[in-house]
Amino acid sequence: MGKALPVAKALLEFLPARAVLHEEEDTRPYECDGLTAYRQLPMVVALPETEEQVQRVLQTCAALGVPVVPRGAGTGLSGGALPSGDGVLLSMAKFMRVLRVDRLARTAVVQPGVRNAAISEAAAPFGLYYAPDPSSQIACTIGGNVAENSGGVHCLKYGLTVHNVLRVRGFTIGGEVVDFGSAAPDAPGYDLLALAIGSEGMLAVVTEVTVRLLPKPQCARVIMASFDDVEKAGQAVAAVLAAGIIPAGLEMMDQPATRAVEQYVGSGYDLEAAAILLCESDGTAEEVEDEIARTKAVLQGAGATRMTVSRDEAERLRFWSGRKAAFPAMGRVSPDYYCMDGTIPRKRLGEVLTFIAEMERKYGLRCPNVFHAGDGNLHPLILFDASNPDELHRTELFAGEVLEKCVAVGGTITGEHGVGVEKINQMCIQFRPDELELFLAVKRAFDPAGLLNPGKAVPTLARCAEFGRMHVSGGRLPHPELPRF
Amino acid sequence: MSLVALQERIRAAAERAAPLRLRGGGSKDFYGNEPRGEILDTRDYAGIVSYEPTELVVTARCGTALSVLENTLKEKGQCLPFEPPHFGAATVGGCVAAGLSGPRRASAGALRDFLLGTKIVDGRGRVLSFGGQVMKNVAGYDVSRLLAGSLGTLGLIAEASLKVLPVPPADLTLRLEASEARALDLMNRWAGQPLPVSASAWHDGALTVRLSGAAPAVRAAAGTIGGEPVESAFWAALREQTDAFFDGPEPLWRIAVSSAAAPLGLPGRQLIEWGGAQRWQKSAAAAGPMREAAKRAGGHATLFRSSGNAAEVFTPLDSVLMRLHRELKKAFDPAGILNPGRMYAEL
Repeated sequence: MGKALPVAKALLEFLPARAVLHEEEDTRPYECDGLTAYRQLPMVVALPETEEQVQRVLQTCAALGVPVVPRGAGTGLSGGALPSGDGVLLSMAKFMRVLRVDRLARTAVVQPGVRNAAISEAAAPFGLYYAPDPSSQIACTIGGNVAENSGGVHCLKYGLTVHNVLRVRGFTIGGEVVDFGSAAPDAPGYDLLALAIGSEGMLAVVTEVTVRLLPKPQCARVIMASFDDVEKAGQAVAAVLAAGIIPAGLEMMDQPATRAVEQYVGSGYDLEAAAILLCESDGTAEEVEDEIARTKAVLQGAGATRMTVSRDEAERLRFWSGRKAAFPAMGRVSPDYYCMDGTIPRKRLGEVLTFIAEMERKYGLRCPNVFHAGDGNLHPLILFDASNPDELHRTELFAGEVLEKCVAVGGTITGEHGVGVEKINQMCIQFRPDELELFLAVKRAFDPAGLLNPGKAVPTLARCAEFGRMHVSGGRLPHPELPRF
Repeated sequence: MSLVALQERIRAAAERAAPLRLRGGGSKDFYGNEPRGEILDTRDYAGIVSYEPTELVVTARCGTALSVLENTLKEKGQCLPFEPPHFGAATVGGCVAAGLSGPRRASAGALRDFLLGTKIVDGRGRVLSFGGQVMKNVAGYDVSRLLAGSLGTLGLIAEASLKVLPVPPADLTLRLEASEARALDLMNRWAGQPLPVSASAWHDGALTVRLSGAAPAVRAAAGTIGGEPVESAFWAALREQTDAFFDGPEPLWRIAVSSAAAPLGLPGRQLIEWGGAQRWQKSAAAAGPMREAAKRAGGHATLFRSSGNAAEVFTPLDSVLMRLHRELKKAFDPAGILNPGRMYAEL
């Protein structure tokens, strides 16, 4: 804590007193993001309001050699905004303005602290909306979405953040202003926009974002289909895609998940089904009618035991409400839950679900599944009690094994939540040393001193070597009493 | 040819600091600055590695002919939605390295939007894999998309995994008369409505629009758009630049701007695509006015085709962006041997 006062003093030269926090009672709310298992008090919290202040915070920290961790709404699920104990937590919460909405060009220019859902609200009078809809969309901000390349339940058809952002303006750790992308469909040179999106706040601090807006579909309807077997539901997903149908949303929930959420929100799910699919069509009335009919026929052929099509908007939203509330619903049936985010080729779904069931027995923990079935992104939710250290430990081992299985079947450890601090060890399994070294070189190109969000997303090779010594396939660590970083 | 052979070739060139000119079918030799260095022909490293229609992903080696890949997809009723130009005997590697997209870009997205993963050989001869075969993947920096359009200056793209989509069940091309300003307004307005517009182009008082999607939706939209049906072959001619517009000795400029930007009023002949966002200009005018007009409209200008023109091909970068480009180039290709100068003299 020795450096806190000098750093705060340097920041107070250009920030008002209310924008620099260093007393523990003030910095405590920033100690974690949505991944609450990891906590660390920041040395100082800075809350700038202008781009110039952001620039000076960065210049000051760079000059003092102090780490900087940018933060949006703090809803991230991988600890990407976990503070550095010897660093400045740079909150972008005051950048809350929608600067302009261009109806004709279908774009919005917004500050990074604007909530995801607020963009669609601002665009609604023009019949437009911002497509990526992470389930935290009422709280999460666009700056965080850019950092994590957030997805949502509609990304099979409408894409992730990277497909819906045209331009990002930001500052490097050296305080230099950079524009990635442009108001045009592309920009000269390398695609630094793609590199910046999903870079977990490690390359630049975002101060302005231009997003692409889409016309709001005239109508949408969702089919709720029941299956008596999870694997059959998985095959039904493949059958829908093979029939040339790209649904606007295609989600799966297994029985433990539907039973947990039904008590919480009452969506009208079929609780006898081993799994349900939610399959949404959107577009013009003609398109939706046509697609719903074709999809129903395919699902019927794939063995659906029951199908209900939403009759109106209220029913459609009710069918989705359970899926969107799946995470908080777990909080009702268990003191804590741990959400995984691996993505797999869809054809390996049965194998991975069988593996998860084995892990439930092995570690003695329950694990309901919700699944962005259309794009292969799994969200198994391990239920545990964090006040029991052994359960937390078993949960971490369970999660580690599932992520490694995702890599083994040709998938990835994270589809949309990011690596952060949470999955940094599994990066050593997904990538080889040469690849990690290239990531580190990319980082150095933007931040030679490694001050911007250090220790996240990309492990050092030394760390992987250490993890490799601790890691034994099958999940049994040689020294379970050792703390895992 | 094996991957190991490609690696050895690059490693040997790096040791000698001898520039390599990475080349597939040579269909885009005209694009970018003058290629230099010994030719490394990638066409022997060919073949579709995996294709699972229900996964909506295809993985192919760099030397695979783009036409072979597209025919394979067509047999399963699928396509590359970004409609890449071939300009001759294009290969998959060159397609990704050039990063070009065709008429459907404005509605479906660009090549980079469909690039899920790559296997590359970097400037040290190391084989590196990024991304993968799944739709969603945020592990590590998005190096694959960085490589799209990098003109082979960062690495040899040995293998690429691309997201594919079903071929739309129906399409219809319509043509109507409109002034440039009116056409720009219409294209932008239509794009703001839930209409299945999959391509648009304006030239010389005629606005051509393609609708693609479910048959009932296409029929319904045709009433809103109006105009007369014309041959859909127009889009292939536009994509391949075989349309009469592209004839003539003047340099061809590609001006990428905000779709809603007002008419640019530049000298020469113009063809507008991508709902207003891509404006082709056949013009002998100097680079300066082209670049300034593009900048005012929120974009940039590329000297796409020319014979012996002295102007910079791509819009120059500011000093901060150029430093980042140089540092990235150094990270991928420390000896500076991969397609040196093809994009910018400094890279």
